Amino acid sequence: MGYTPEMLELIKRVEATRPARVEMARRGENFPALSLEERAVVLEAFHPDYQKEGRRPVKVGPDKGLVLPDEIATMLESRSMIRPDKVDLSHVDFDTDVLIVGAGGGGTSAALLASEAGVKVLMVTKLRHGDANTMMAEGGIQGATQECDSPFYHYLDTIGGGHFTNQPDLVAALSHDAPQSIAWLESLGMMFNKLPDGRLQVRHFGGSSRKRMHSAGDMTGAEIMRVLRDEARNRSDRITTLEFCPAVELILDEEGKCAGAILYNMETREFFIARAKAVVIATGGNGRLHIKGFATTNHYGATMDGVVMSYRAGVGTTCLPSTQYHPTGVAYPEQNVGLLITEKVRGLGAHVLNIDGEQFCFPLEPRDVESAELIKEAVEKKKAVITPTGRVGLWLDSPMIDLLHGEGTVRKELPAKFIQFARHGIDISKHPMLVYPTLHYQNGGIAINANCETVIPGLYSAGECTGGVHGENRLMGNSLQDVITFGRRAGVSAAAYVKKGVELKKLTLDHVAKYEKELKDAGIENPMIAPVLLPDYSTDEVAARRKMEAMQESE
Amino acid sequence: MSHHDSKSASPMQVATGDRAILPEGARTIPIYVMGKRYEVPETLTIMKAMEYAGFKFLRGAGCRGGICGACPTVYRKEGDYKLYFGLACQTVVEPNMYLAQIPFYPANRAKYDIEAISPVAETVHALYPELFRCVACNNCTKACPMGVEVLDYISAIKQGDLARAAHLSFDCIQCGMCASRCMGELPQYHVAQLVRRIYGKYIQPRAAHLEKRVVEIESGKYDAMLDALQKMSHEELEKLYKEREREPDMAPPGTWMPEDTQYL
Repeated sequence: MGYTPEMLELIKRVEATRPARVEMARRGENFPALSLEERAVVLEAFHPDYQKEGRRPVKVGPDKGLVLPDEIATMLESRSMIRPDKVDLSHVDFDTDVLIVGAGGGGTSAALLASEAGVKVLMVTKLRHGDANTMMAEGGIQGATQECDSPFYHYLDTIGGGHFTNQPDLVAALSHDAPQSIAWLESLGMMFNKLPDGRLQVRHFGGSSRKRMHSAGDMTGAEIMRVLRDEARNRSDRITTLEFCPAVELILDEEGKCAGAILYNMETREFFIARAKAVVIATGGNGRLHIKGFATTNHYGATMDGVVMSYRAGVGTTCLPSTQYHPTGVAYPEQNVGLLITEKVRGLGAHVLNIDGEQFCFPLEPRDVESAELIKEAVEKKKAVITPTGRVGLWLDSPMIDLLHGEGTVRKELPAKFIQFARHGIDISKHPMLVYPTLHYQNGGIAINANCETVIPGLYSAGECTGGVHGENRLMGNSLQDVITFGRRAGVSAAAYVKKGVELKKLTLDHVAKYEKELKDAGIENPMIAPVLLPDYSTDEVAARRKMEAMQESE
Repeated sequence: MSHHDSKSASPMQVATGDRAILPEGARTIPIYVMGKRYEVPETLTIMKAMEYAGFKFLRGAGCRGGICGACPTVYRKEGDYKLYFGLACQTVVEPNMYLAQIPFYPANRAKYDIEAISPVAETVHALYPELFRCVACNNCTKACPMGVEVLDYISAIKQGDLARAAHLSFDCIQCGMCASRCMGELPQYHVAQLVRRIYGKYIQPRAAHLEKRVVEIESGKYDAMLDALQKMSHEELEKLYKEREREPDMAPPGTWMPEDTQYL
């Protein structure tokens, strides 16, 4: 398959400008970056978060009145899967010290640290252990490990990249713990890219002042996830993992402390009562809500479950209106549309180009600015390439990488991406990639402090489902650092809380009943049922033939 | 159980999210899912084609991006005796392909204590004695959807070259197809995971600068700086942000130092 003859013809324009651009890169010269003022202008005009259409105030709950994307507001205005008055909470199926909801990088880090503190851990997840956005993070993990760097600059880069909207205590915790988190991963046996003497290989990324991006090939997240999962499996005497068995509602006690969750076995459709002295929500992001119909880089289960459950229990959010569009999602071939092309490609020196093979932006702006610049070039300047399926794309000149760093660098530094494109007949060390922004990350979420505590005693949260660490824009490599740093902190905090002595009173779902009354009072008819757990991709034709209205529901 | 608001899509049919559509002029082709025929648009991946046909995955879908190992699929083509292996999220449908997903395959995994084990090949051999049941048939390599040279890394482990095995197995996504085809009943991907962790922890040199930085952090060196940053106004932060020096792109790691070193 590969590129069509028309596209190959266009690639010649990229090749024509390449020698001069490579020379420029060798001299250390870049296309000029935007000033803070210029960034604001392009964001306002072209970033989807800044558009009025498709957003509205949420009608209920702790953040009532907050303007959110329609998809998120509708999700928060949802009702529970369970009827709170019909559940017998006196019959407890699982009794544990710490219940961890979600088994990605954050949940598994929390499980490991909580178990090290000597408490009993139950970790539940809707898919398999490790089916999470952590697994998909390609480019790397930040941490100020080098001599020319320090947590001071990690803090500055992070808060500047987030347009100074970040929650300061969380940024301080992130930049403080980051080197410790990396050392922890190294001690667990993670294979970092290193120089022969053991020095960690580091690279620049969008919005960095220092090279702070550590990686493991271009599957850093997968390497982190499989190492953490392997370690959790070694500790199965202290960590029980339930797969295909997510939490669908939080349980509180009469005093308002978090006291567990209702679990749902998706294979047998059974519900279970899990009582826990502390609960950690680590359910990840919301890309599968497909805000504004955008494609997403997220894994299959990224449906915002944790935010929905904790919101219903009374926990507000931070930065939730903000969504990250990754500037370089795949625009061609059609089979890979939406998938991530790591920022590392640009970190390694690849330029972003228009249909004429010309540069139009600094390739390493913060992600929201970079995305807005690509959208501007396509929508306003109309300088994008149109694919055979009518999608727009801009070139990412990956062959420059071998020219700058030596033959074979693309294969060595981007092995997974190389294979993924080779499957469809495209050699990315020879031909550029076609890219366009894609829905990538839930910037905001559950409000926490630096100890991962929420406003509900005994309820903790960590990772992508939380908000504030990244403000309104996340830098590359801070998400992997977020899940490790805050996953670890959540595990430590939850275990310490349990060890101080927690006495659970009578379990209750009154908060669920109360929330449903609020929905009714707000005039919300037929609220959707959430968490949705998984997206539904059936076509309209198939959905119509299921005749849901005509047939009696099986449930 | 779950419900997706499809009504918010515009009346004109466009591809939103991952929902596949039949573009104008596109052809459909027959595929056989576990022996049953479905007509699906050509050019889709197996995963999107099955969803187009009306399947909703519980098992058999994960990252949808070729890295999690949830959707290994085995298929045959019409009139062809060969078995083919691929990831459903990455493999494009072909006319008359007969396919079945194998989302899980049982494999023995040995428990170990990474802090206590001896980082030598004999440790691996003792935890997985079945390694020596390998008859070098190469079915594991043929079954790997990631193109990993499975037999080569198993051979390297048997020969005691853990570093080579760690690198050869690095692209493994632990889908289990190797184990499903193994005559010797080896759990290749679990063995490889153990080997990579031994390599990462004990064989690859440790990062000395990292160890030093961790000591500095634990000594509280940066606490006052981080406290001060948290109390700064937007304007003060913005000034510092604009004044940052940028490490040169082509400077090898560990060679460049900024002019301002007071915050290091």
